[in-house]
Amino acid sequence: MKKTIAGTEVDVNEEGYLTDASQWNEAIAAAIATEEGIGALTDAHMKVVRYLREQQAKGAALTIRSMGKSGVVTTKELYDLFPGGPLKKSSKIAGIPKPVGCI
Amino acid sequence: MSKHLLILGGGTAGTIMANNLRRRLPASEWSMTVVDRSEKHLYQPGLLFLPFGKYEESEIIRQTRDFIPGGVEFIQAEVDQIIPEDHAVTIKDGRTLKYDLLIVATGCRTAPEETAGMLGPKWRVNVHDFYTLDGARALRETLKTFSGGRVVVHINEMPIKCPVAPLEFTFLADSFFREQGIRDKVTLTYVTPLSGAFTKPKSSKKLGHLLGDKGIELVTEFVAEKVDQENNKLVCFDGREVPYDLLVTIPTNMGDTTVRRSALGDDLDFIATQKHTLQSVEYKDVFVIGDATNLPASKAGSVAHFESETLADNILRYIAGQPLKEEFDGHSNCFIESGNGKALLIDFNYEYEPHEGPFPFAFGPMRLLEESRVNHWGKLAFRHIYWNVLLRGLPLPGISRQKKKPAEA
Repeated sequence: MKKTIAGTEVDVNEEGYLTDASQWNEAIAAAIATEEGIGALTDAHMKVVRYLREQQAKGAALTIRSMGKSGVVTTKELYDLFPGGPLKKSSKIAGIPKPVGCI
Repeated sequence: MSKHLLILGGGTAGTIMANNLRRRLPASEWSMTVVDRSEKHLYQPGLLFLPFGKYEESEIIRQTRDFIPGGVEFIQAEVDQIIPEDHAVTIKDGRTLKYDLLIVATGCRTAPEETAGMLGPKWRVNVHDFYTLDGARALRETLKTFSGGRVVVHINEMPIKCPVAPLEFTFLADSFFREQGIRDKVTLTYVTPLSGAFTKPKSSKKLGHLLGDKGIELVTEFVAEKVDQENNKLVCFDGREVPYDLLVTIPTNMGDTTVRRSALGDDLDFIATQKHTLQSVEYKDVFVIGDATNLPASKAGSVAHFESETLADNILRYIAGQPLKEEFDGHSNCFIESGNGKALLIDFNYEYEPHEGPFPFAFGPMRLLEESRVNHWGKLAFRHIYWNVLLRGLPLPGISRQKKKPAEA
Protein backbone atom coordinates (compact mmCIF):
# COMPACT_ATOMS: atom_id res chain seq x y z
CA MET A 1 0.00 0.00 0.00
CA LYS A 2 1.00 3.64 -0.49
CA LYS A 3 1.56 6.12 2.31
CA THR A 4 2.78 9.68 2.30
CA ILE A 5 5.49 10.22 4.89
CA ALA A 6 7.22 13.59 5.25
CA GLY A 7 5.79 14.68 1.89
CA THR A 8 7.06 11.63 -0.02
CA GLU A 9 4.81 8.83 -1.27
CA VAL A 10 6.33 5.47 -0.32
CA ASP A 11 5.30 1.79 -0.39
CA VAL A 12 4.66 0.28 3.03
CA ASN A 13 3.29 -3.00 4.40
CA GLU A 14 0.30 -3.24 6.74
CA GLU A 15 2.48 -2.43 9.76
CA GLY A 16 3.95 0.67 8.15
CA TYR A 17 7.39 -0.76 7.28
CA LEU A 18 8.84 0.48 4.00
CA THR A 19 8.86 -2.31 1.42
CA ASP A 20 11.43 -0.60 -0.80
CA ALA A 21 14.46 0.60 1.15
CA SER A 22 15.53 2.83 -1.75
CA GLN A 23 12.53 5.14 -1.16
CA TRP A 24 13.93 6.06 2.27
CA ASN A 25 15.40 9.42 3.22
CA GLU A 26 16.29 11.14 6.49
CA ALA A 27 13.09 13.18 6.60
CA ILE A 28 11.10 9.92 6.40
CA ALA A 29 13.21 8.49 9.22
CA ALA A 30 12.48 11.54 11.37
CA ALA A 31 8.73 11.30 10.70
CA ILE A 32 8.56 7.59 11.57
CA ALA A 33 10.61 8.23 14.72
CA THR A 34 8.06 10.80 15.85
CA GLU A 35 5.21 8.37 15.08
CA GLU A 36 6.96 5.66 17.13
CA GLY A 37 7.43 7.98 20.09
CA ILE A 38 11.22 8.09 19.76
CA GLY A 39 11.30 11.88 19.30
CA ALA A 40 14.10 13.77 17.56
CA LEU A 41 16.80 11.56 16.06
CA THR A 42 20.27 12.21 17.40
CA ASP A 43 23.62 11.28 15.85
CA ALA A 44 23.57 8.13 18.00
CA HIS A 45 20.21 7.10 16.52
CA MET A 46 21.42 7.83 12.99
CA LYS A 47 24.58 5.76 13.48
CA VAL A 48 22.38 2.75 14.25
CA VAL A 49 20.03 3.52 11.38
CA ARG A 50 22.86 3.79 8.86
CA TYR A 51 24.46 0.59 10.15
CA LEU A 52 21.16 -1.26 9.78
CA ARG A 53 20.76 -0.04 6.21
CA GLU A 54 24.31 -1.09 5.31
CA GLN A 55 23.81 -4.57 6.78
CA GLN A 56 20.45 -4.93 5.06
CA ALA A 57 22.00 -3.94 1.71
CA LYS A 58 24.59 -6.68 2.24
CA GLY A 59 21.86 -9.25 2.87
CA ALA A 60 23.05 -9.93 6.44
CA ALA A 61 20.55 -11.10 9.05
CA LEU A 62 19.86 -8.43 11.66
CA THR A 63 20.02 -9.64 15.21
CA ILE A 64 20.51 -7.93 18.52
CA ARG A 65 23.75 -9.89 18.81
CA SER A 66 25.18 -8.61 15.54
CA MET A 67 24.23 -5.07 16.56
CA GLY A 68 25.80 -5.47 19.98
CA LYS A 69 29.01 -6.85 18.49
CA SER A 70 29.18 -4.29 15.68
CA GLY A 71 30.91 -1.69 17.82
CA VAL A 72 28.23 0.79 16.72
CA VAL A 73 26.09 0.41 19.83
CA THR A 74 25.78 -1.89 22.85
CA THR A 75 22.57 -3.80 23.49
CA LYS A 76 21.84 -1.62 26.49
CA GLU A 77 22.32 1.57 24.48
CA LEU A 78 20.07 0.15 21.80
CA TYR A 79 17.25 -0.19 24.35
CA ASP A 80 17.97 3.35 25.60
CA LEU A 81 17.80 4.77 22.07
CA PHE A 82 14.75 2.81 20.95
CA PRO A 83 12.80 2.00 24.12
CA GLY A 84 10.19 -0.74 23.92
CA GLY A 85 11.44 -2.31 20.72
CA PRO A 86 15.09 -1.92 19.84
CA LEU A 87 15.15 -3.88 16.58
CA LYS A 88 11.49 -3.39 15.66
CA LYS A 89 11.56 0.40 15.94
CA SER A 90 15.09 0.94 14.61
CA SER A 91 14.38 -1.14 11.51
CA LYS A 92 11.13 0.71 10.87
CA ILE A 93 12.94 4.05 11.11
CA ALA A 94 15.73 2.70 8.86
CA GLY A 95 13.19 1.80 6.19
CA ILE A 96 14.01 -1.91 6.19
CA PRO A 97 11.84 -4.99 7.02
CA LYS A 98 11.05 -5.93 10.61
CA PRO A 99 12.98 -8.97 11.93
CA VAL A 100 10.50 -11.86 11.99
CA GLY A 101 10.16 -15.48 12.98
CA CYS A 102 8.79 -18.11 10.62
CA ILE A 103 5.14 -17.61 11.62
CA MET B 1 42.27 -43.45 -8.75
CA SER B 2 38.81 -42.91 -7.32
CA LYS B 3 37.73 -39.60 -5.88
CA HIS B 4 36.57 -38.97 -2.36
CA LEU B 5 33.34 -37.35 -1.17
CA LEU B 6 33.51 -36.45 2.51
CA ILE B 7 30.41 -35.64 4.56
CA LEU B 8 30.85 -34.03 7.97
CA GLY B 9 27.88 -34.83 10.19
CA GLY B 10 25.70 -37.94 10.35
CA GLY B 11 22.53 -36.20 11.48
CA THR B 12 19.46 -35.65 9.34
CA ALA B 13 21.12 -33.76 6.48
CA GLY B 14 24.35 -35.78 6.36
CA THR B 15 22.54 -39.12 6.44
CA ILE B 16 20.13 -38.12 3.68
CA MET B 17 23.04 -36.96 1.50
CA ALA B 18 24.97 -40.18 2.07
CA ASN B 19 21.98 -42.28 1.00
CA ASN B 20 21.00 -40.11 -1.94
CA LEU B 21 24.50 -39.77 -3.39
CA ARG B 22 25.60 -43.37 -2.83
CA ARG B 23 22.78 -44.39 -5.17
CA ARG B 24 23.83 -41.85 -7.78
CA LEU B 25 27.64 -41.84 -7.71
CA PRO B 26 29.39 -44.90 -9.22
CA ALA B 27 31.30 -46.74 -6.50
CA SER B 28 34.18 -47.31 -8.92
CA GLU B 29 34.68 -43.55 -9.27
CA TRP B 30 33.72 -42.16 -5.87
CA SER B 31 34.42 -43.37 -2.36
CA MET B 32 32.33 -41.80 0.38
CA THR B 33 32.87 -41.18 4.09
CA VAL B 34 30.64 -39.80 6.83
CA VAL B 35 32.22 -38.49 10.04
CA ASP B 36 30.24 -37.81 13.21
CA ARG B 37 31.19 -37.62 16.86
CA SER B 38 28.14 -39.62 17.89
CA GLU B 39 27.17 -43.21 17.19
CA LYS B 40 23.56 -42.40 18.09
CA HIS B 41 21.06 -40.78 15.75
CA LEU B 42 18.49 -38.74 17.62
CA TYR B 43 15.03 -38.00 16.20
CA GLN B 44 15.11 -34.40 17.33
CA PRO B 45 11.38 -33.60 17.03
CA GLY B 46 10.92 -36.23 19.75
CA LEU B 47 12.67 -33.95 22.26
CA LEU B 48 9.53 -31.81 22.30
CA PHE B 49 7.48 -34.72 23.66
CA LEU B 50 10.05 -36.41 25.88
CA PRO B 51 9.68 -33.98 28.84
CA PHE B 52 5.95 -34.76 28.99
CA GLY B 53 6.56 -38.50 29.05
CA LYS B 54 4.91 -38.91 25.65
CA TYR B 55 7.83 -40.73 24.02
CA GLU B 56 10.20 -43.38 25.29
CA GLU B 57 13.85 -42.78 24.50
CA SER B 58 13.92 -46.03 22.52
CA GLU B 59 11.46 -44.50 20.06
CA ILE B 60 13.66 -41.53 19.25
CA ILE B 61 17.21 -42.94 19.34
CA ARG B 62 18.76 -45.27 16.78
CA GLN B 63 22.27 -46.31 15.78
CA THR B 64 23.79 -43.86 13.27
CA ARG B 65 25.48 -46.74 11.42
CA ASP B 66 22.13 -48.38 10.69
CA PHE B 67 21.20 -45.46 8.44
CA ILE B 68 24.52 -45.09 6.62
CA PRO B 69 24.25 -47.12 3.41
CA GLY B 70 26.61 -49.89 2.32
CA GLY B 71 29.56 -48.51 0.38
CA VAL B 72 29.92 -45.52 2.68
CA GLU B 73 32.52 -45.58 5.44
CA PHE B 74 31.39 -44.25 8.81
CA ILE B 75 34.01 -42.81 11.14
CA GLN B 76 32.94 -42.04 14.67
CA ALA B 77 35.24 -39.20 15.63
CA GLU B 78 35.35 -35.54 16.53
CA VAL B 79 36.27 -33.35 13.58
CA ASP B 80 39.02 -30.94 14.50
CA GLN B 81 39.39 -28.57 11.57
CA ILE B 82 38.32 -28.07 8.00
CA ILE B 83 41.22 -26.78 5.90
CA PRO B 84 39.64 -25.82 2.58
CA GLU B 85 42.90 -24.56 1.06
CA ASP B 86 44.33 -28.08 1.41
CA HIS B 87 41.03 -29.84 0.59
CA ALA B 88 41.49 -31.63 3.89
CA VAL B 89 39.81 -32.23 7.24
CA THR B 90 41.68 -33.16 10.39
CA ILE B 91 40.03 -35.37 12.94
CA LYS B 92 40.87 -35.61 16.60
CA ASP B 93 42.33 -39.09 16.42
CA GLY B 94 45.17 -37.48 14.46
CA ARG B 95 44.14 -38.50 10.98
CA THR B 96 43.83 -36.16 8.01
CA LEU B 97 41.12 -36.90 5.47
CA LYS B 98 41.55 -35.48 1.97
CA TYR B 99 38.52 -34.75 -0.14
CA ASP B 100 37.60 -33.92 -3.69
CA LEU B 101 34.19 -32.73 -2.54
CA LEU B 102 33.13 -31.75 0.96
CA ILE B 103 29.59 -31.56 2.34
CA VAL B 104 29.37 -29.78 5.69
CA ALA B 105 26.30 -30.98 7.60
CA THR B 106 27.51 -30.26 11.11
CA GLY B 107 24.21 -28.78 12.31
CA CYS B 108 23.86 -26.43 15.22
CA ARG B 109 24.12 -26.65 18.98
CA THR B 110 22.77 -24.86 22.00
CA ALA B 111 25.18 -22.47 23.71
CA PRO B 112 23.86 -21.69 27.21
CA GLU B 113 27.29 -20.29 28.11
CA GLU B 114 26.47 -17.27 25.90
CA THR B 115 24.05 -15.86 28.50
CA ALA B 116 25.31 -14.64 31.85
CA GLY B 117 24.08 -16.75 34.74
CA MET B 118 22.35 -19.40 32.67
CA LEU B 119 24.79 -22.15 33.62
CA GLY B 120 24.63 -21.37 37.33
CA PRO B 121 24.05 -23.95 40.09
CA LYS B 122 20.35 -24.28 39.24
CA TRP B 123 20.99 -25.28 35.61
CA ARG B 124 18.84 -28.36 35.08
CA VAL B 125 17.35 -27.91 38.56
CA ASN B 126 14.80 -25.19 37.81
CA VAL B 127 16.51 -23.72 34.72
CA HIS B 128 16.00 -26.19 31.90
CA ASP B 129 16.48 -26.66 28.19
CA PHE B 130 14.84 -29.31 26.01
CA TYR B 131 16.89 -29.01 22.79
CA THR B 132 19.36 -31.61 24.05
CA LEU B 133 18.69 -35.18 25.15
CA ASP B 134 20.16 -34.57 28.61
CA GLY B 135 18.12 -31.39 28.94
CA ALA B 136 14.87 -33.04 27.90
CA ARG B 137 15.50 -35.90 30.35
CA ALA B 138 16.18 -33.53 33.25
CA LEU B 139 13.08 -31.50 32.44
CA ARG B 140 11.00 -34.70 32.35
CA GLU B 141 12.13 -35.49 35.90
CA THR B 142 11.36 -31.94 37.08
CA LEU B 143 7.89 -31.99 35.52
CA LYS B 144 7.06 -35.31 37.20
CA THR B 145 7.01 -33.62 40.59
CA PHE B 146 6.15 -30.04 39.62
CA SER B 147 3.14 -28.99 41.66
CA GLY B 148 2.57 -25.42 40.44
CA GLY B 149 4.08 -21.97 40.08
CA ARG B 150 5.38 -19.62 37.41
CA VAL B 151 6.49 -21.48 34.30
CA VAL B 152 8.39 -19.32 31.82
CA VAL B 153 9.27 -20.47 28.30
CA HIS B 154 12.07 -18.30 26.94
CA ILE B 155 13.78 -17.83 23.58
CA ASN B 156 17.17 -16.25 24.15
CA GLU B 157 17.88 -15.04 20.63
CA MET B 158 17.17 -15.82 16.99
CA PRO B 159 17.85 -17.79 14.89
CA ILE B 160 17.06 -21.10 16.61
CA LYS B 161 16.58 -24.61 15.35
CA CYS B 162 12.92 -25.48 14.80
CA PRO B 163 11.67 -21.94 15.51
CA VAL B 164 8.15 -23.05 16.43
CA ALA B 165 9.23 -25.62 19.03
CA PRO B 166 9.16 -23.17 21.98
CA LEU B 167 5.58 -22.23 21.14
CA GLU B 168 4.64 -25.90 20.76
CA PHE B 169 6.26 -26.61 24.10
CA THR B 170 4.15 -23.88 25.69
CA PHE B 171 0.93 -25.28 24.20
CA LEU B 172 1.82 -28.82 25.24
CA ALA B 173 2.68 -27.59 28.75
CA ASP B 174 -0.78 -26.01 28.99
CA SER B 175 -2.34 -29.39 28.04
CA PHE B 176 0.01 -31.29 30.34
CA PHE B 177 -0.83 -29.19 33.39
CA ARG B 178 -4.55 -29.57 32.61
CA GLU B 179 -4.15 -33.35 32.44
CA GLN B 180 -2.30 -33.23 35.76
CA GLY B 181 -5.18 -31.24 37.23
CA ILE B 182 -2.90 -28.37 38.28
CA ARG B 183 -3.43 -25.83 35.46
CA ASP B 184 -5.06 -23.42 37.96
CA LYS B 185 -1.87 -23.52 40.04
CA VAL B 186 0.37 -22.67 37.08
CA THR B 187 1.00 -19.41 35.25
CA LEU B 188 2.49 -19.80 31.78
CA THR B 189 4.55 -17.01 30.23
CA TYR B 190 6.15 -16.94 26.78
CA VAL B 191 9.17 -14.64 26.49
CA THR B 192 10.56 -13.75 23.05
CA PRO B 193 13.12 -11.32 21.62
CA LEU B 194 10.80 -10.78 18.64
CA SER B 195 7.82 -8.43 18.48
CA GLY B 196 5.33 -11.24 19.12
CA ALA B 197 4.75 -14.99 19.25
CA PHE B 198 3.44 -14.60 15.71
CA THR B 199 5.29 -12.07 13.59
CA LYS B 200 3.87 -12.74 10.11
CA PRO B 201 0.52 -11.11 9.22
CA LYS B 202 -1.40 -14.26 8.13
CA SER B 203 -0.25 -16.39 11.07
CA SER B 204 -0.84 -13.56 13.48
CA LYS B 205 -4.38 -12.99 12.23
CA LYS B 206 -5.26 -16.69 12.14
CA LEU B 207 -3.47 -17.92 15.28
CA GLY B 208 -3.00 -14.86 17.46
CA HIS B 209 -5.95 -15.87 19.63
CA LEU B 210 -4.33 -19.16 20.72
CA LEU B 211 -2.21 -17.65 23.48
CA GLY B 212 -5.08 -15.74 25.05
CA ASP B 213 -7.43 -18.74 24.74
CA LYS B 214 -4.97 -20.86 26.68
CA GLY B 215 -4.22 -18.21 29.27
CA ILE B 216 -0.60 -17.77 28.20
CA GLU B 217 1.01 -14.45 28.99
CA LEU B 218 3.27 -12.91 26.35
CA VAL B 219 6.44 -10.84 26.93
CA THR B 220 8.01 -9.42 23.75
CA GLU B 221 11.17 -7.58 22.66
CA PHE B 222 12.94 -9.18 25.59
CA VAL B 223 16.67 -9.74 25.24
CA ALA B 224 18.04 -11.35 28.37
CA GLU B 225 21.03 -9.62 29.90
CA LYS B 226 21.25 -12.41 32.46
CA VAL B 227 19.54 -15.20 34.29
CA ASP B 228 19.48 -14.26 37.96
CA GLN B 229 19.42 -17.73 39.47
CA GLU B 230 19.66 -16.49 43.02
CA ASN B 231 16.38 -14.60 42.73
CA ASN B 232 14.82 -16.84 40.06
CA LYS B 233 14.28 -14.20 37.43
CA LEU B 234 15.19 -13.29 33.88
CA VAL B 235 16.56 -9.77 33.51
CA CYS B 236 16.27 -7.81 30.25
CA PHE B 237 18.79 -5.21 29.05
CA ASP B 238 16.15 -2.53 29.56
CA GLY B 239 15.66 -3.51 33.20
CA ARG B 240 12.45 -5.53 32.84
CA GLU B 241 12.33 -8.68 34.97
CA VAL B 242 10.40 -11.90 34.54
CA PRO B 243 10.27 -14.04 37.69
CA TYR B 244 9.99 -17.82 37.36
CA ASP B 245 9.73 -20.95 39.44
CA LEU B 246 10.53 -23.11 36.43
CA LEU B 247 12.42 -21.61 33.48
CA VAL B 248 12.45 -23.53 30.20
CA THR B 249 14.90 -21.70 27.98
CA ILE B 250 16.05 -22.10 24.42
CA PRO B 251 19.65 -20.96 24.73
CA THR B 252 21.44 -19.19 21.90
CA ASN B 253 21.91 -21.57 18.97
CA MET B 254 25.28 -21.65 17.24
CA GLY B 255 26.99 -23.68 14.56
CA ASP B 256 29.25 -26.57 15.47
CA THR B 257 32.52 -25.91 17.29
CA THR B 258 34.34 -27.37 14.26
CA VAL B 259 33.22 -24.31 12.30
CA ARG B 260 34.68 -22.00 14.93
CA ARG B 261 37.99 -23.91 14.98
CA SER B 262 38.12 -23.68 11.21
CA ALA B 263 37.18 -19.96 11.18
CA LEU B 264 34.57 -20.66 8.51
CA GLY B 265 31.51 -19.07 10.10
CA ASP B 266 29.89 -15.79 11.07
CA ASP B 267 29.64 -14.59 14.68
CA LEU B 268 27.20 -17.44 15.41
CA ASP B 269 29.42 -19.97 13.58
CA PHE B 270 27.02 -20.39 10.67
CA ILE B 271 28.65 -20.84 7.26
CA ALA B 272 28.11 -18.40 4.38
CA THR B 273 26.17 -20.42 1.80
CA GLN B 274 24.66 -19.56 -1.60
CA LYS B 275 20.95 -19.47 -0.84
CA HIS B 276 19.74 -21.12 -4.07
CA THR B 277 22.58 -23.58 -4.86
CA LEU B 278 23.92 -24.57 -1.38
CA GLN B 279 27.50 -24.11 -2.49
CA SER B 280 29.81 -22.42 0.00
CA VAL B 281 30.26 -18.73 -0.82
CA GLU B 282 34.03 -19.03 -0.39
CA TYR B 283 35.02 -22.47 -1.65
CA LYS B 284 33.70 -24.10 -4.82
CA ASP B 285 34.35 -27.69 -3.70
CA VAL B 286 32.55 -27.19 -0.38
CA PHE B 287 28.77 -27.47 -0.04
CA VAL B 288 26.74 -26.78 3.08
CA ILE B 289 23.37 -28.19 4.10
CA GLY B 290 20.92 -28.10 7.00
CA ASP B 291 21.33 -26.17 10.23
CA ALA B 292 25.00 -25.39 9.51
CA THR B 293 24.21 -22.79 6.81
CA ASN B 294 23.57 -19.09 7.30
CA LEU B 295 20.54 -19.20 4.98
CA PRO B 296 17.45 -17.17 5.90
CA ALA B 297 15.46 -20.43 5.94
CA SER B 298 14.27 -22.28 9.04
CA LYS B 299 16.71 -24.63 10.72
CA ALA B 300 14.56 -27.74 10.45
CA GLY B 301 14.57 -31.32 9.18
CA SER B 302 12.10 -30.60 6.40
CA VAL B 303 14.38 -27.85 5.12
CA ALA B 304 17.37 -30.22 5.16
CA HIS B 305 15.28 -32.73 3.22
CA PHE B 306 14.22 -30.22 0.55
CA GLU B 307 17.77 -28.88 0.34
CA SER B 308 19.14 -32.40 -0.10
CA GLU B 309 17.30 -32.91 -3.38
CA THR B 310 18.72 -29.71 -4.88
CA LEU B 311 22.16 -30.34 -3.39
CA ALA B 312 22.38 -33.91 -4.76
CA ASP B 313 21.53 -32.63 -8.26
CA ASN B 314 24.07 -29.84 -7.89
CA ILE B 315 26.83 -32.19 -6.77
CA LEU B 316 26.28 -34.26 -9.92
CA ARG B 317 26.31 -31.09 -12.00
CA TYR B 318 29.47 -29.86 -10.30
CA ILE B 319 31.20 -33.17 -11.02
CA ALA B 320 30.08 -32.98 -14.67
CA GLY B 321 31.34 -29.41 -14.94
CA GLN B 322 27.86 -28.01 -15.52
CA PRO B 323 26.44 -24.82 -13.99
CA LEU B 324 24.63 -25.33 -10.69
CA LYS B 325 20.83 -25.12 -10.41
CA GLU B 326 19.64 -21.95 -8.66
CA GLU B 327 16.78 -23.97 -7.31
CA PHE B 328 16.42 -24.05 -3.53
CA ASP B 329 13.64 -21.65 -2.55
CA GLY B 330 13.78 -21.84 1.26
CA HIS B 331 10.93 -24.36 1.34
CA SER B 332 9.97 -25.37 4.85
CA ASN B 333 7.11 -27.47 6.10
CA CYS B 334 6.28 -28.24 9.67
CA PHE B 335 3.67 -29.43 12.07
CA ILE B 336 2.99 -27.26 15.11
CA GLU B 337 1.53 -29.06 18.10
CA SER B 338 -1.16 -26.83 19.56
CA GLY B 339 -2.11 -29.05 22.50
CA ASN B 340 -5.24 -31.11 23.29
CA GLY B 341 -4.40 -33.66 20.59
CA LYS B 342 -4.42 -31.09 17.81
CA ALA B 343 -1.80 -29.58 15.57
CA LEU B 344 -1.30 -26.98 12.89
CA LEU B 345 0.64 -27.39 9.68
CA ILE B 346 2.58 -24.65 7.93
CA ASP B 347 4.29 -24.49 4.54
CA PHE B 348 6.38 -21.52 3.42
CA ASN B 349 9.59 -20.43 1.67
CA TYR B 350 11.85 -17.41 1.17
CA GLU B 351 9.07 -15.66 -0.71
CA TYR B 352 5.72 -16.80 0.70
CA GLU B 353 4.74 -16.58 4.36
CA PRO B 354 2.66 -19.43 5.88
CA HIS B 355 -0.83 -19.38 4.34
CA GLU B 356 -4.10 -21.32 4.27
CA GLY B 357 -5.08 -24.10 1.86
CA PRO B 358 -5.17 -27.90 1.38
CA PHE B 359 -2.00 -30.01 1.79
CA PRO B 360 -0.24 -31.90 0.26
CA PHE B 361 -2.78 -32.53 -2.51
CA ALA B 362 -5.57 -30.33 -3.90
CA PHE B 363 -8.08 -32.31 -1.78
CA GLY B 364 -5.97 -32.33 1.38
CA PRO B 365 -6.33 -34.38 3.52
CA MET B 366 -4.58 -31.84 5.71
CA ARG B 367 -5.31 -28.11 5.88
CA LEU B 368 -2.61 -25.50 6.29
CA LEU B 369 -2.64 -22.95 9.12
CA GLU B 370 -5.62 -24.62 10.82
CA GLU B 371 -5.82 -26.61 14.03
CA SER B 372 -6.95 -30.21 13.52
CA ARG B 373 -6.60 -33.75 14.85
CA VAL B 374 -5.51 -34.94 11.39
CA ASN B 375 -2.48 -32.67 11.59
CA HIS B 376 -1.61 -34.07 15.02
CA TRP B 377 -1.80 -37.63 13.67
CA GLY B 378 0.39 -36.44 10.81
CA LYS B 379 2.97 -35.22 13.31
CA LEU B 380 2.98 -38.55 15.16
CA ALA B 381 3.13 -40.57 11.91
CA PHE B 382 6.04 -38.47 10.78
CA ARG B 383 8.42 -40.28 13.14
CA HIS B 384 7.99 -43.46 11.09
CA ILE B 385 8.38 -41.54 7.84
CA TYR B 386 11.56 -40.00 9.23
CA TRP B 387 13.26 -43.32 10.00
CA ASN B 388 12.01 -45.20 6.94
CA VAL B 389 11.72 -42.68 4.11
CA LEU B 390 13.31 -39.33 4.87
CA LEU B 391 16.70 -40.52 6.17
CA ARG B 392 16.94 -42.94 3.23
CA GLY B 393 16.91 -39.92 0.94
CA LEU B 394 13.64 -40.94 -0.71
CA PRO B 395 11.07 -38.41 -1.94
CA LEU B 396 7.94 -37.72 0.12
CA PRO B 397 4.74 -38.37 -1.85
CA GLY B 398 3.02 -35.17 -2.96
CA ILE B 399 5.62 -32.92 -1.33
CA SER B 400 8.02 -31.33 -3.79
CA ARG B 401 11.36 -29.72 -3.01
CA GLN B 402 10.08 -26.38 -4.23
CA LYS B 403 7.05 -24.91 -2.57
CA LYS B 404 3.79 -24.94 -4.50
CA LYS B 405 2.59 -21.42 -5.06
CA PRO B 406 -0.26 -20.50 -2.69
CA ALA B 407 -3.68 -20.34 -4.39
CA GLU B 408 -4.23 -16.70 -3.52
CA ALA B 409 -0.83 -15.55 -4.81
